[in-house]
Amino acid sequence: MIQFDRVSKRYVTGQEALSGVSFELARGEMSFLTGHSGAGKSTLLKLLMLMERPSGGQLLVNGKNLNRLHKSQVPFYRRNVGVVFQNHQLLFDRTVYDNVALPLLVSGYRPQEVGRRVRAALDKVGLLKKEQQNPVSLSGGEQQRVGIARAVVHKPRILLADEPTGNLDPELSAEIMDLFRQFGEVGVTVLIATHDIDLIASMGCRELQLSGGRLVAGEVAHGA
Amino acid sequence: MARKPGASLKKTVGQGSGGSPRDPARSSGATGQKIRLRDRLRGYLLNHRQVCMLTLQRLLKEPLQTLMTALVIAIALGLPAGLYVGVSNLQQLGDGFDSTARLTLFLSRNARVEAINRLRETLEKFPDIAEVEYVSREQALAEFKITSGFGEALAMLDENPLPPVLLIEPASGIQGDTVAVNALVERLKGQALVDDVQLDMKWIQRLQGILEVFYRLTLTLGIMLALGILLVIGNTIRLAIENRRDEIVVVKLVGGTNGYVRRPFLYTGLWYGVFGGLLAWLLVTISLSWLAGSVSSLASLYQSSFALTGLGFSGFVALPLMAGVLGLLGAWQAVARHLAAIEPR
Repeated sequence: MIQFDRVSKRYVTGQEALSGVSFELARGEMSFLTGHSGAGKSTLLKLLMLMERPSGGQLLVNGKNLNRLHKSQVPFYRRNVGVVFQNHQLLFDRTVYDNVALPLLVSGYRPQEVGRRVRAALDKVGLLKKEQQNPVSLSGGEQQRVGIARAVVHKPRILLADEPTGNLDPELSAEIMDLFRQFGEVGVTVLIATHDIDLIASMGCRELQLSGGRLVAGEVAHGA
Repeated sequence: MARKPGASLKKTVGQGSGGSPRDPARSSGATGQKIRLRDRLRGYLLNHRQVCMLTLQRLLKEPLQTLMTALVIAIALGLPAGLYVGVSNLQQLGDGFDSTARLTLFLSRNARVEAINRLRETLEKFPDIAEVEYVSREQALAEFKITSGFGEALAMLDENPLPPVLLIEPASGIQGDTVAVNALVERLKGQALVDDVQLDMKWIQRLQGILEVFYRLTLTLGIMLALGILLVIGNTIRLAIENRRDEIVVVKLVGGTNGYVRRPFLYTGLWYGVFGGLLAWLLVTISLSWLAGSVSSLASLYQSSFALTGLGFSGFVALPLMAGVLGLLGAWQAVARHLAAIEPR
């Protein structure tokens, strides 16, 4: 599903964020991306979101070479990717429902379909009763779950998460990880950037470890 | 799990159809391309309608702010529109006189009445003359006494200073044809008894010249103020973009196209323009009705039934339409300059 082939990224400042990173994630595979801060985790996710372009190497997603994707195609590519941010990126000028509905409205879904899918997504994260509230009135864990609902409401093939449990207590973290695992089970390729070592150990998933922009562990999938 | 890239990719693509309904990656609608074209078109139109209404609601939620911006546009638009109406009215006035342009034949003061009558009969046979009216010296004096207000002073004169006059209306065929009218003037000058021929068109020509200048002025002013409107709306939209920065970033992250992001701002510009246009129409109409009274009393002093013509229904349609287009353009240039700079980081 996701294929990095000697991908490198050098910023205009000269900083080499990634160098020669190669790995492959299969469809429905769930894996963790680890490394100390500045190791290149965020850059790697940004490349997958097309917020940045690689300066070298090939990046293929679902068989498509992202290097060759024209700027005008970027929005349509992003509709296949769900992202959960550490800082949620929720909009506080509208309800939980409207926040989650955003990816569907952007893609031009019919209103009935939007309602059905938003409620399904909110139900999945256990926030169906709070759909009419403003996200500002929710707790940190709840806000994160709204973010997850928004990331999966349009049923993306890829789910990316950047420190999704960054400021949550262990119990909530475990709950959220369990959600991610459920998505993996239904065929979504999940990649989670985190430094929560305990969590990774408990999940028993593949771990891609970055250090100084290089992949130092997890290049090959489990059992290969 | 480690497969050859080609095999893995082929498999992923091939699995696009079928599969359990629980599988989000497989079920329809997972990708933009999978939504049917008809539904996408319907969604697109629906979005337009929603954005159109949403932006209107947002503007009406802040009535004062909206009114201020609309008023700036209205004033910038009302000024040239009012000038235009004024010039058109003067033009109409000029046209009215133009169609009854008359020639005044001043005859020699000691011409006898029989000679004058003979000349009159000759002139009436001219094909390019429609009507000849004789004003005797006495009639002219009497009329002058009434209209000039110099009655007392004139009574003190020993002799009537006014010559007999023939008023000539050229045939309708040569009305407005300067060359033909001038030829007629030359021929009339050649007649015996005729001292001088005056064509009452000089002042109309001058008026036309002045009106032409005013038209140009109106146009120049209009263009400059239209540029002003573009900038005002552009600036208002720039602030709106700045205020919605977070929203723009999130919309772009979840796959909103540039068109989707642009749309609410363009509609906002359009609304500002339309409101401004309607207000401009109102301003001009109120100003005109305020002027109408004094204009008609002035006209009555000149024995004229002239009345101001307003913007009318076409103005009511044209002003908001023009302003709407200006609003759209103003919003467009702001969006083009500022939206591209807002990208998720």
